[in-house]
Amino acid sequence: MDAAVLAAKGASFLVRRLGLGGGTALPGLVALRLDGAVVARLAARLGQGCLLVTGTNGKTTTARLVAGMARAAGLRPVANAAGSNLVRGIAAALCQAAASDGRLREAARALGVFEVDEATLPEAARLLSPRAVVFLNLFRDQLDRYGEVDHVAALWRGAVADVGPAAALVLDADDPAVASLAGEARGPVLLYGLAPGPHSLPAPEHAADARWCPSCGGELAYDAVHYAHLGLWRCPECGLARPQPHLEGALEGRLLRLRLPDGSQRTLALPLEGTYAAHDTLAAVAAALALGLPWSAVEEGVSRFGGAFGRQERLSLRGREVQVVLAKNPAGLNQVLRTLCGRPGRLRLALFLNDGLADGRDVSWIWDVDFELLSGRVAWAVASGSRAEDLALRLHYARIGGELTVERRPVAALHLALERTPPGATLHVLPTYTALLQVREVLARWAGRPRFWEEAAT
Amino acid sequence: MRLRLAWLYPKHMNVYGDRGNIIVLRERCAARGIELAVEELGPGDRLQPAAYDLFFLGGAQDREQRLVARDLALQKGPALREAAEEGAVVLAVCGGYQLLGRFYRSAEGEELPGLGLFDAWTVHPGPGARRFIGNVAVRWQGGTLVGFENHGGRTYLGPAASPLGRVLAGFGNNGQDGGEGAVYKNAFGTYLHGPLLPKNPHFADHLIALALARRYGEARLSPLEDALAWAAHRRALRLARRRPILGRWARALGGLRAWPRNR
Repeated sequence: MDAAVLAAKGASFLVRRLGLGGGTALPGLVALRLDGAVVARLAARLGQGCLLVTGTNGKTTTARLVAGMARAAGLRPVANAAGSNLVRGIAAALCQAAASDGRLREAARALGVFEVDEATLPEAARLLSPRAVVFLNLFRDQLDRYGEVDHVAALWRGAVADVGPAAALVLDADDPAVASLAGEARGPVLLYGLAPGPHSLPAPEHAADARWCPSCGGELAYDAVHYAHLGLWRCPECGLARPQPHLEGALEGRLLRLRLPDGSQRTLALPLEGTYAAHDTLAAVAAALALGLPWSAVEEGVSRFGGAFGRQERLSLRGREVQVVLAKNPAGLNQVLRTLCGRPGRLRLALFLNDGLADGRDVSWIWDVDFELLSGRVAWAVASGSRAEDLALRLHYARIGGELTVERRPVAALHLALERTPPGATLHVLPTYTALLQVREVLARWAGRPRFWEEAAT
Repeated sequence: MRLRLAWLYPKHMNVYGDRGNIIVLRERCAARGIELAVEELGPGDRLQPAAYDLFFLGGAQDREQRLVARDLALQKGPALREAAEEGAVVLAVCGGYQLLGRFYRSAEGEELPGLGLFDAWTVHPGPGARRFIGNVAVRWQGGTLVGFENHGGRTYLGPAASPLGRVLAGFGNNGQDGGEGAVYKNAFGTYLHGPLLPKNPHFADHLIALALARRYGEARLSPLEDALAWAAHRRALRLARRRPILGRWARALGGLRAWPRNR
């Protein structure tokens, strides 16, 4: 018997039985309380080791893609539920995967695929001794929690210096803060990046996207920008530049043309829209290559990908199509808006802004979002969430046009928006993190879909 | 009519949606038929003191703040001071506010010289000290100002500066003396972001009116439809005044219900 695992399983059963939620964190907390070493102990039994995925945006999508690829390769991925990406969430996932004596089922084929919160990465890397770590990107997110982007970058440098030479680093060459981690690496490094193409912009769009050279501190220049500060960067002062990626992808509509590290060419049909989703797919492919998964498994994992919880997820509801896209920071939301504006016709929008701890209590970030893009493209919009009024005010100043309704209560806002959406039309739902949990639960109930923790386990 | 605004160091000082302040000033001017020309000035750019009616500085991370402090001392400082002495309108938020004081002593004890426009100084008590983070409400000219604050530094005012307002809820300058921000002539320093101006339309109009009065000798601003802005103002006021212990309980309960991330 393993007391910590047993207690976690008991807690998980109780939480779900009492209808308190998914039990994706609390069981982990219980297990950690009983046995601080439970994570390291269980992780050591993962026969295939584990992969960590961190970064501001794209963790859930990337981790789920890799898990799908691993499954296609005949492995048994052990993954944490969407967003439960602190140590307690990883502990909960490991306890869930273990039998009550603490042994992992089919341990030889078990591969941990964990998304990890940016600030938790050093601790997670210490506990889990990963085989590979994927660093996606570093944007502003929740300033009231971290204080500063620089702080996270420093945490990552420390973590990279700490992980042993056995761990491969999978790094986005297009993000200067991530690419420069290669300099600290003690093990193998696999860089991935997007080639410039029709999606590219000539320069960062915002003052807020300006980035400084990781080496000399000078302002970076760009030959092409994918979005925000990601792109073909270089420092005019010291000459440091985006390294040539080992895995490069060229975006052609929904096709991703790849040049693999061995020089061979492959093409994947992208499962999701948008440049950011292409980046996530590229990261997942790079991770799969670092783990040594066969190409057939990569292809199958991508083609079978059904979307992650609340990430461009589509539901059919009373004859209306509802698309739910998590929008939690300026870089992510700008990409979502850009993708939406590519659609024909006027948009029907339900936007949710919460200021819970997990969203960031400071909602000033909405002023860094280009809601101006929506100008003249909106049939109507409903603003909701605990800071609905702030959101409505931002939309007003962006002059998005159309009719703007403020309804703070999320369920009432969803009702209102669905009623107004004619049958056959699409409603776009854009929630922040805690709002996604509220909204998704209600929509899933109405649509008869499984709840997120049930889905995450499949 | 036309007003000119210099946005200082937009690439370095813009952590808290500071662009929102500019958007609101521009839109509220435009609604009155006033053109607001915005010029962005970075390190190395020359600043002509007489060329602008308004100046804006936002918040910054430590590294950028250091870079800006150097440029302010060597390049733009004297011009900005000259303009402010002659009644130009200055709005400096958070890091920008700290830089316009006499000095900023960082958590590590490093001292950054400031412009000294405000008789104020800022001291960070050290890496372990509590950051002042949260919704904040301030009494200002018989009304209220609302915003969000997030600062480690404690600012203290000397006799030549007066606070912008009195703290109703939150921390303000230093969490002790009840003062928030600083005023010197038409220069305003504050820790309130959120950003400040969207939810405080009366303060935005106050700045525009001061700039108009100085440039054209008269300032009559027609009222605008501000129902949304005041709704957001009232909401922020309520959140700032909510007793934190109750808020914590409400969050804990909410967290049990649907919150796997539990940050």
